[in-house]
Amino acid sequence: MTVLSISGLKVDIHSNTVLHDIDLTLEPGRILGVVGESGSGKSMTALSVMQLLPHGSRWSGSIKLAGTELGTLDEPALCKVRGRDVGMIFQEPMTALNPVRTIGDQVAETVRIHTGASRREAFSIAREMLDRVGLPEDRFPLDRFPHDLSGGQRQRVVIAQAIALRPKLLIADEPTTALDVTTQAQILDLLRELVREEDMGLMLITHDLAVVAGLADSIAIMKDGAVVEAGPTREIFRAMRHPYTRALFSASAHVPDRGRKPESGKAPVLAVENVVRDYQQPRRNLFVKPPPFRAVDDVSFEISHGENVGLVGESGCGKSTLARSILALDGLQGGDIRLNGHVFSSAGEGPHPELRARMQVVFQDPYGSFNPRHRVRRLVTEPFHLVRDPPRGAELESRIDRALTEVGLASSDADKYIHEFSGGQRQRIAIARALIIEPALIVLDEAVSALDVSIRAQILDLLAGLSDRLDLSYLFISHDLSVVRAITDRVLVMKDGKIVEQGETETVFRNPQHPYTKKLVAATPSLEAALAAPAH
Amino acid sequence: MTAYLLRRLLSLSLSLVAASLVIFLVMEVVPGDPASFMMGINADPQAVAALRTQLGLDQPLPLRYLGWISGLLQGDFGISYTYRVPVSELIAERVVISLPLTLYALALSTLIAFPAGILAASRRNSASDLSVMGATQLGVAIPNFWFAMILVLVFAVNLRWFSAGGFPGWEAGFWPAMKALTLPAIALALPQASILARVMRSSLIDTLNEDFMRTARAKGLSRGQALRRHALRNALIPVLTIIGLQFSFLLAGGIIIENVFYLPGLGRLAFQAITQRDLIVVRSVVILLVFAVIVVTFLVDLAYAAADPRLRRRRT
Repeated sequence: MTVLSISGLKVDIHSNTVLHDIDLTLEPGRILGVVGESGSGKSMTALSVMQLLPHGSRWSGSIKLAGTELGTLDEPALCKVRGRDVGMIFQEPMTALNPVRTIGDQVAETVRIHTGASRREAFSIAREMLDRVGLPEDRFPLDRFPHDLSGGQRQRVVIAQAIALRPKLLIADEPTTALDVTTQAQILDLLRELVREEDMGLMLITHDLAVVAGLADSIAIMKDGAVVEAGPTREIFRAMRHPYTRALFSASAHVPDRGRKPESGKAPVLAVENVVRDYQQPRRNLFVKPPPFRAVDDVSFEISHGENVGLVGESGCGKSTLARSILALDGLQGGDIRLNGHVFSSAGEGPHPELRARMQVVFQDPYGSFNPRHRVRRLVTEPFHLVRDPPRGAELESRIDRALTEVGLASSDADKYIHEFSGGQRQRIAIARALIIEPALIVLDEAVSALDVSIRAQILDLLAGLSDRLDLSYLFISHDLSVVRAITDRVLVMKDGKIVEQGETETVFRNPQHPYTKKLVAATPSLEAALAAPAH
Repeated sequence: MTAYLLRRLLSLSLSLVAASLVIFLVMEVVPGDPASFMMGINADPQAVAALRTQLGLDQPLPLRYLGWISGLLQGDFGISYTYRVPVSELIAERVVISLPLTLYALALSTLIAFPAGILAASRRNSASDLSVMGATQLGVAIPNFWFAMILVLVFAVNLRWFSAGGFPGWEAGFWPAMKALTLPAIALALPQASILARVMRSSLIDTLNEDFMRTARAKGLSRGQALRRHALRNALIPVLTIIGLQFSFLLAGGIIIENVFYLPGLGRLAFQAITQRDLIVVRSVVILLVFAVIVVTFLVDLAYAAADPRLRRRRT
């Protein structure tokens, strides 16, 4: 029997249509990938199936879950369906679990509210489920709290509570977006295995084409609240009938055109020498001072003029700490950092303000990195605080103008407030803010990770163009290997505070030497590889 | 867990020592020599000097501090300059009124605030939410002495359910004593309940927007079940903080209400002692209050640890 069949689904939120005429079907033991950019309505579709739409929403059409029409059920009946017939996994494993209750308790709860099982029975099912998702008893007893677990482990707990009653349908909304590539690969394997063995239907919502390409049996591509194309995965990707499918595909695999090769031989822009960064650990025992945690361990590398260097590694490897040290936001415990040959910061010594103007940064979150009460004019001129004699009057105007036009915005945007811009535009403003002071180096810390693929492709083009025209160097920090591969000349691979491998980007990715790099490259979902593989 | 508690206990003991030092030194610089005050204006200087020796006022500062502390540790607060009785007796008489009054008011405030805050948060922007918000706004705005007088007018003067003031003593029995404390407790509780209800509401609203609440709903819990099982405990931390602060405030801050109801409580004792320059009583009341605040802070810390396992960390 069909697990899920949606037809003619329409959802309005406060008389604003967010979904129109959605038709989707899913068979048991199959995986349906729902792909789209933010605002395409993919999460709204999932929430419609869960019947957990936000306040003020109205829906019409038909949603049949294993033959039952959801529209005919009242709220108490829907509560019985949720968790028993349909389970859901969410994007953010760090916050999806209640921090004050044990993992066993939370998995057992699904069982207890639906079956009236005793506490003991429920806990034994919870134990079985945690074992099933790869959290064995010796390391993950039921009485552990979520804060003891990593993101991937928490996502396994969320999966365990979603599948505890073996629902017919599992909805996974961006289940691996917040996870590292190797963890992502493990979670995707687990989901695939569960679907095949338990004969569940899986609706996998993602923005990442490479993830669905390797996993889904069929795909629905959504845009602006409608399904633009749907069908078997391979067929969709082969034919690419719809222009949006083609656009999405090419944006995902986009490699910006980089004209010029960096010149070597000159003095490097940035030289990081034997940098050490220790953190004081919290005291566990009143009388024993814990040893410091070495987050960055004897790291050395250089960046030449106009060179784009990538820094990759999984969360907790120390890449953000290294970035903070390079930006002199934190003091060093050893080594020094030179900018254009001058010591910028070294152990026990703070940064030199004039040098600080030569290095700028763009952060990940285009929403949180601006003061909402300032106009763009003031936001982009902020770095001028670093120089002793900032430009004024007409000179200042022309600098603002130039920075904004460089990043593809209009001069008139200077008088707007930040909320008037989209995520991609905000990231352009962040780049303009970095550019205005004409730095030699820009640190891009996950600068495109929060953007949709089509916007990401545009920002990558912009960055590549700027680097060519202005002779800029980038330190490009990302967990996303495909992006790093697209934009950098050289790459550093970091693990446990150390650089384990570095070299020409293409060489490292084609022929990784260090076992860790091999693991990373193998775990990264690849669109071409998934499509080239024989049909399963 | 033990490490956390030990750490808290150590830092609280240090605050207690620091507070005792500050109190002692402040009392030293306050103008007015207790001995000459006690002997009156026309006292013989020799007699004053003799009294100073008797009171130990002529000893060096550090010695007097140590003497005071060691006395405190043995429950000896010294002799009141004006009443000529042990301060510990004076305080004990008052504590048996102030402490039950505080607990009574706090219980009332919690009993009102929790349901009101939960109701308002779970039905946000509904009529019940708006009425709770309106009522609490009023509760914070109304001066509590005025409210106390209204209570007296309505329930004591007109309805004659309660007496207008005074305290029969615990010897008169538990219920008569509680009855005498009821109106003052209500008057004290009203603004506290209003503040607490608002804190409860906003804390709960924050929690209801957390991701794990959506997870709970996706498991099949109804809105009410999800609120009870997952939101309440998480929302409790800020509420506990406020309750702790309120306790310390009520213990001595009830002076106006004590005056309205003629209750011989700690606040009035402190006030009288200040006007009579009975520094030893002032000092004792203040150190006692500091001690109470520190004990309550420790209890609140314990409650945090009970409510939130992240504070317990792992045992090493």
